[in-house]
Formats: sequence, C-alpha cells, structure tokens
Amino acid sequence: MAEGMTWSVTDGDKLTQAEVYGEVLSQLGDKYPDIIAITADLASSTKIERFGKKYPERFINVGIAENSMFGMAAGLALAGFKPVVSTFAAFTALRSAEQVRTDICYQNLDVKIIATHAGISFGQAGSTHHCTEDIAVMRSFANMTVIVPADGLETGNAVAAAMEWPGPVYIRVGRGFEPPVNKTKDYGYEIGKAITMREGRDITIIACGVGVLHAVRAAEVLARQGLSARVINMHTIKPIDRDAIIQAVKDTRRIITVEDHNLIGGLGSAVAEVIIETGKACGFRKLGVPDCYSIVGYPEDLYHYYKFDADGIVETVSELMRMEIEEDEDWEDEV
Amino acid sequence: MPLTQEGIKGLTKKAWEIRRAIIETTFTCGGSHLGGSLSQTDVLVALYYKYLRIDAARPQWEDRDRFILSKGHGGIGWATILGDKGFFDKALLKDFNKTGSPFGMHLDSRRVKGCDASTGSLGHGLAIAIGLAVGARLRKKDYRTYCMMGDGELCEGTVWEASILAGHHKLDNLTAFVDRNSLMIDGPTEQITTLEPIDEKFKAFGWETLVIDGHDFAAIGEAIEKAQTIKGKPTIIICKTIKGKGVDIMEGQAQWHYGGLNSDLRDQALACIDKHYREIPG
Ligand SMILES: Cc1ncc(C[n+]2csc(CCOP(=O)(O)OP(=O)(O)O)c2C)c(N)n1
Repeated sequence: MAEGMTWSVTDGDKLTQAEVYGEVLSQLGDKYPDIIAITADLASSTKIERFGKKYPERFINVGIAENSMFGMAAGLALAGFKPVVSTFAAFTALRSAEQVRTDICYQNLDVKIIATHAGISFGQAGSTHHCTEDIAVMRSFANMTVIVPADGLETGNAVAAAMEWPGPVYIRVGRGFEPPVNKTKDYGYEIGKAITMREGRDITIIACGVGVLHAVRAAEVLARQGLSARVINMHTIKPIDRDAIIQAVKDTRRIITVEDHNLIGGLGSAVAEVIIETGKACGFRKLGVPDCYSIVGYPEDLYHYYKFDADGIVETVSELMRMEIEEDEDWEDEV
Repeated sequence: MPLTQEGIKGLTKKAWEIRRAIIETTFTCGGSHLGGSLSQTDVLVALYYKYLRIDAARPQWEDRDRFILSKGHGGIGWATILGDKGFFDKALLKDFNKTGSPFGMHLDSRRVKGCDASTGSLGHGLAIAIGLAVGARLRKKDYRTYCMMGDGELCEGTVWEASILAGHHKLDNLTAFVDRNSLMIDGPTEQITTLEPIDEKFKAFGWETLVIDGHDFAAIGEAIEKAQTIKGKPTIIICKTIKGKGVDIMEGQAQWHYGGLNSDLRDQALACIDKHYREIPG
C-alpha cells in the first residue's frame, strides 16, 4: 500500500484540499499512464487543471455537461483507461447520480471521482451549490468506495491510495481554508482504516472531513474540563471500519459523530448502523446539518450555527455525559 | 410600443447605474460573478424597466410576467435590479453573501421577493420556464414567461431536452435569451466545446430565432416586441454580448467570471462605468 504513495508537497499545511489534490494528481501522471483527467468547466475551481497543464493530451474539458462527462468516463474506463473526474459534489452526486451509479458503479469501472465544494463549505453560494446529500447517495451505490479526507495531506494520501484501489472511488473534499489536522503525510493512511487522532476513555467523537478538526479542538476543550475524549478520523465511510466503532462502544459507551452533511444518511447513519448491530448499550448523537436547506454565509459561521464546530460538540458531549447508560459487567453477555 | 429615443436613453442610464451598484456590492460582499452579471445587464434592464408586466408591491400577483434567470450565478446583477424596482429595500444588499443574509450568490426564491425560481445549477431554468408557460396556457392566463440562459450553459443536455419540449408544445408565450458572451469559466466556449450554429440548432427544434447585439437597446426592444407577435412557436433571442461589459480590465476576460475587488479595483471599475455614463448621447 505505502508503495503507491509517491508524492510530496511543500507547504502542504497552507494549501487547500483541492490544491493538494491537483498537485498530487499531476505527480501521479507518470506512474499511471492510463490516467485521463476530465472536468466540466471547473478545471480551475477543482484544481484538476494542474494535471491538464502537465499532460494536455490526457486532459479533457467537456464544457458544462456533467452527465455526458460521467458517461464518457465510463466509456474511457471500458476502453482501458483510468479516468479521474472532478466537478463540484452537487453536480456529481445529484445531477449525475444516475450516470455514476448505472454507467460506472453497476459495471464496477475503474473511475476515480474527486468532488469538491462539498457540504456547506461553499457557504455563500447557497443550496444549489451546497451538497449535504452526497455521502448518503454515494454510499448507497454498490461497488462504490466513499472517502472523506480530513485535510489537504489526507486528500493527497487518499488520491494516491485510490489509484491502487479497485473499482470506483468517490473522494469528497470541501472548499475549505481550514488549518490541517495532520502535520505530515506519513501517518500510515489506508483506505478503510480509521485513524485515532487522540485516545480517550469517556466518550468517542467520530468525525470525517472538516469535522475532524472540530472534533480535535473540542477534545482539547474537554480535556481542560477533565473529560477524556477519543477522536476517530473515519475518513473512509465505505467500507467503514467496523472494528474501530465496536471498540469505541466497548471502551467509552458514548459516541458522537461529526460531519458536514445532512444528518440523514451520512457518517452518523453509517456509524449508527454498526452500533445498533452490536446490541450493546451506547449513548449516541449525530452532529451535522439538520434536514434543511442551509442558510447562506461563511462556512465557519454556518458550522457554528448548525452546532458542529468545537462549541457545538462540547455542548453535545456535556448533554451525553449526563445520560445514564446501562451496561452489563460482561460485554459478551450483554444484549 | 416601440422604444423612443428618450426611452432608450433612460434604459441606457439605468443600465450603467445598475452596473455601478453591482461593483459597489461586489466590493462589500467579497466577490461575485462579475463577468456574466455585467454582460446580462442590458437585456435585464430592458425587461424590468420596459417590458415585464410586474408590480413590486404584489410579487405574487398571479398575472405577472415571469422571469427565470437560468444562469443563476448572475444573481447579484438580478438582485440589484429587483431591489431597485422596489421588491425589497435595496439597503439589504449591503449584506449580500453575509451570514444569515437572504442573498447568496444564487438567489433563493423562498427568501428574495421577485425571484420566481431558485436557480444556480445550470441547465434547469428553461424547463422551469416551460412549466410556467404551460401553466399559463392551462389556466388561460396571458402572462408571458422569459428565461435568460448563459451560452456556456447550452452545453447542458437538459437545455436541449427542454427546447425540444418547448417547440413541441408551440409555446409562443415563452421568450428565451442566450447571453452570448462567448466565454465560460475555463475559457472561450468555441475552444472548449463548439456551440455554433446556435440559432440553427434552436430553429431545427421549432423555435423562432433572432440574433442581436445584446448591448443595443433598440435591437433588444425590437426583438422582445417581435417575439410577442410570433404565433405557434417559442422565440429565442441570441444576444451577442461582452463578458465584463463596461469595465476595461474585465471585458472579454475569462478570469473575471468571478472575482473580488479591493478599493483600487473598485475605483478603477467605477471610473470606467462613470465614463460610459457621461458619454450617453443627448
Ligand atoms: C450544473 C452546473 N455545472 C457547473 C456550474 C458551475 N458554473 C457556474 S457559472 C459557470 C459558467 C457559466 O458560463 P455561461 O453559461 O457562459 O455564463 P456567463 O458567461 O454568462 O457567466 C459554471 C461552469 C454550475 N453552476 N452548474
């Protein structure tokens, strides 16, 4: 796995997720000669243009025609190429959902999708450009792998890893200018393996994307209040790391999920599905965007407004800590 | 009623005032889709200040003409006009894009009076306009429906599905416009995907087609009036425009599709616009 990760960026902590993506993709061009990069008039916004500048003959801008773009990606994959496709998340998971599902996933094709401006990270653009549904949509497509990297360096890792991963992959990034949570790229990233950002005994915060930064910040505040919060970066939503979730149930009995996505169908739902199947007692709350079309505004304000920034997490942790949880002495016995 | 010389002069002035306000709001809101907002302005001004049957005091008036901005990213330009017409207090625009403001880059019909449909995802507006036009027919209403699309937007397949539908239903109560500024985000339309011949394409789908200079009020007025008389088919007016119209550094420049302005750039842009204003003949 580590063998596939041949890339480097300087100033990785100052670049947006999309900027790291564009750079890493362009560095992978020689190693993967079958990559064809495709976009729909968003070369500059998604940063896929970096690849296009380096390999103009392997770059196609289809104009503003997302549906044809995803269909064409399927055709290129059938012709033996490795298409890498980028547009905004809304135009991927919503507008072109059927092309992604039927043309790409149904045929289990080697198409890698990097969708940007996800969640409410493009706050001022309004709901036509927000996408708080994509995790739910994409994880319901059989054969699809769904990744939500926490920051720029993790985006680089995910893109590199996706090239070695079979079948279609959906990588979702925000527009964000948030500071990174990882100091280096060398922390052993693997698709499907959650990362413990911080150990904890009292409660576990499971987050993805920008939620990881908020969770880490919240855990610091909670530590000062004498609470020990585990923070798990669940960058792969599908296949989800069941063991990490079950271990969290066992060790902390309280779990909060944090994501920039509708509370219905995203990370929170995916984690809940695993918790329920254990049959064990576990306090649980989901944080994210409630089931509504978001107000407009700056992303950091919106995260606060919808209570999934550090303040909101701390508040919900306090509430959950007050909850009585009836656990048996014997984990094996408890149902 | 055809436009008089006086009428043209009034619209010309109004258009430069609107462009001025777009620049001011862009400065305060941090950035906007300047290129396409400046190119669409003359057509929108002709509609809103001369042709649309609307009443700002009654935004939900059943018999009002409908306008759909299918290129929803022109929202800042559209909102400037709606505010000026009195659909809401235009002082509210100082909070454009700010947290909790009713105004984001793409207008939200639930929150902005005068906005008949929320748009922003390209390729949706024409079909919505068709629904409104068919609705008028079913309800025996004589309102007209107008729809403005971008030229880059014409890449979307839904535009062509919708145009087949409009032709089939012979929607002569529907007038569509293309803001033919020849640029999308990543560059010139014809370099990215050939769109021409646009008029022939619509004609083949059953539309009356008119090609005009989208910055010439006499031509805009004549085309809108002609469309009102065409029977048995919808009309599309392909308006040749300049992206970034009126501001030297932005005209014809793809990189000004979206941008922010510091105070120097704002002043420079306003100076260009004021110069145009002063040069209005008569
Ligand atoms: C479905 C969809 N895809 C992509 C975008 C992103 N986008 C916003 S504006 C734009 C370019 C529009 O070009 P054009 O229609 O020519 O408008 P104009 O030049 O008048 O601004 C694009 C690709 C979008 N809003 N909707």
